[in-house]
Parts: sequence; structure tokens; C-alpha cells
Amino acid sequence: MEYIELIVATIFVNNILLAQFLGNCPFLGTSKKMETAAGMAMAVIFVLVMAGVITWMLYAWLLTPYKLEYLRTIAFILVIASLVQFVEMFLKKSIPALYAGLGIFLPLITTNCAVFGVCVLNIDKEMNFMQSLTASFGYAAGFGLALILFAGVRERILLARVPKPLQDTSIALITAGVFSLSFYAFRGMV
Amino acid sequence: MAKSLVAEFTKGLWKDIPPFRLVLGLCPVLGVTTSMKNGIGMGLATTFVLLCSNMLVSLLRKLIPGKVRIAAFIVIIATFVIVVEQMMQAYAYTLFMDLGVFIPLIVVNCIVLGRAEAFAFKNRILPSAADGLGIGVGFTLSLASLGAIRELLGTGSLKGDVFGFLPYDFANIFGTGFQPFDFAVQAPGAFVILGLMLCAMNLIPSK
Repeated sequence: MEYIELIVATIFVNNILLAQFLGNCPFLGTSKKMETAAGMAMAVIFVLVMAGVITWMLYAWLLTPYKLEYLRTIAFILVIASLVQFVEMFLKKSIPALYAGLGIFLPLITTNCAVFGVCVLNIDKEMNFMQSLTASFGYAAGFGLALILFAGVRERILLARVPKPLQDTSIALITAGVFSLSFYAFRGMV
Repeated sequence: MAKSLVAEFTKGLWKDIPPFRLVLGLCPVLGVTTSMKNGIGMGLATTFVLLCSNMLVSLLRKLIPGKVRIAAFIVIIATFVIVVEQMMQAYAYTLFMDLGVFIPLIVVNCIVLGRAEAFAFKNRILPSAADGLGIGVGFTLSLASLGAIRELLGTGSLKGDVFGFLPYDFANIFGTGFQPFDFAVQAPGAFVILGLMLCAMNLIPSK
């Protein structure tokens, strides 16, 4: 039950994009087309779950016992960067179909602040192993959900006549505001 | 020489001002600007990291092999982020708690990495420092103005200080009958107000 609550909280109530403001660069950058949005969403779910688990283990089993907590930032970013590189090489060799699908989105994830942010949030909220695994998955699924919904709306906006100064990023941000408002309705659920 | 340094500095203040002209690093822009105080604090922390990382990258640009440059940049940036984190924890604890996860997140701020890659890796130390400082100050101005608009609409007053110095307090700017517009300080307001500011910037032609 506790885990179901955590999943609902991370997907809807504390949606990583629309309530916590993490990962907004790829949110605006890859949401122009449904295909790229789906690719990015898949890649983020894949990497975020792995990164969340690995950084938790690193923090709990290596940094804390040796009192190296202040190295958290540099340790986490190096782990994420090398994890992304490793996943890319592994997929290229063993699952070429998935690699072709995720393609260029994998390297972009290194600088996706959603990944790094969730790893830091898991530590800050003092979660245990299973909780941080669940939360990482929930946040990633929330990212995917918001990104894919948003891409659908943005494809329609491309067909509409938008005043010139509002075009592109500006109208995208205002649409995201409306999205954020609708996710706001989930507040108080958990 | 001196003239080009000034040019490198001032381009960050208007021509390339992040996040309006360079649409990068949006997460802290949306996340911390619930008040002007937080906006300024975040902006100054980012400026420090930008300035130091630009200078160090520029000094080491002949030593860093091209193939591993991104990894090297990230290590350099992360080092300065840790410096900022520790300093703020010691000397500006309330601000540190308010900004929360966004301080370590400077490490993945695309603006910092972007300047290292696009500018500091190709230029000498003084232009790189001017570039970092200019972009940083421009970023601080953007965050401060967005924070000020949101705080004004959301609470009706502006109150705070800059790292414990320069306190300012403008209570009830719109008069006492003003009903605070709560939407502005909440999450959806951040997106909408930034979108409208971007629209306003687009109305002014950039030369």
C-alpha cells in the first residue's frame, strides 16, 4: 500500500516536470513531435530507474561509511555520465532495435536535470532502497506521461495560428502552465 | 583588447541574455523564482560557478584532450558547485534550504556547460572570464526580474535581502486593498509568466 501511494504521489501529485520543475529543457526541446517525445520518455524511464538505484547504493554503502557525503554532487554526476555511456554501448551491441529507437536521446540524458534531481531528492528524503527504486520509477513514469501528453497538444498548436511574438517557446511555456494547472488538481490526494 | 572584453561582458546582459535569448537552463528559472530573494541568490551562485569554470576551462584548454572534454568540463563544474554548496551551507543556511535541490543542480545547468563548450574552450582566460561574468549577471537579472514579478503579484510586496546584505522591504505596493494573486507564486504561474515575459522580449527587436 505504501508503495502504491508513493507511485501515485510521484507520477501525479509531485510530477517531476510540472510540479518540481526538473527536466524542462528536454521537455520543451523534444516535445515538438510525438515520435521524439516517446523516444525521450522511454530513455528517461530506463536510465532514471538504474541511476536512482545505483546512486542510492553508492551513497549508502560508500559515501556514508567513509564520511564523504560532501562529494555527493561530483560522485553522482560521474556515475550518471558513465552509466549513460555504458547503457549506450550495451544496447548497441546486444539490443540494436532498442538502441535504434532510443538513439540520440541517450547521450542527452546526462544533462537532464530530472535524472540527477531525482537521485538527490531520494537521498534528501532519506528513503530506503525499495522506496527509492519505486520513487525513481514513479518520477520517470510521470516525466513520460507529461511529455507524451504535451507532445500531443503541441502537434495541434503547430496547426493553429499563433501571434508572432508568442510563437515557439513562448506558447509552449504557457501551454505547460495550463498543463501544470490541471496536474494541480491532484494535490491533496495523497 | 579592453574594448572587446567589455563587448564579451555586455552581450550576456542583453543580446544573449539567458534564459530569454538563449533558451537554456530553464529548471532553476522556473523552480526558485517564487521570490526575488531566491532568484538573486540562485543567480549569484550560478554566476560564481560560471565565472570559475569558464576561467579554469580556458586555462586548461590546451591540456584537455578533445575527446574527453565533456567529462572534464563536468568534473570542473561539479568541483565549483561543491564549493558553492559548502559555502552556502555555512554562511547562508536559510537560502540554502530554500533553494534546496537546485544548488547541486547547477552542475547539470545547460548554460554553464554550454559556455564552457561554446566559448571558454576556444578563448583566452580574460575574454572567458568576461563572458562568464556577463552571462552570469544576465542570468541573475532575469531570475531577479521574474522573481520580483511573481512575488509582487503573489503577495503584493517585495521583501528580502541579498545574502544577508542589502535588505529591501516594499510592503503593499498596490495599496492595502490588493488581493494577492496566488496563482503567480504557484507552479502553473511560473510557466505562464515566463511564457509572457518571453513574448514581451520577442516584441522588442534584437539587433
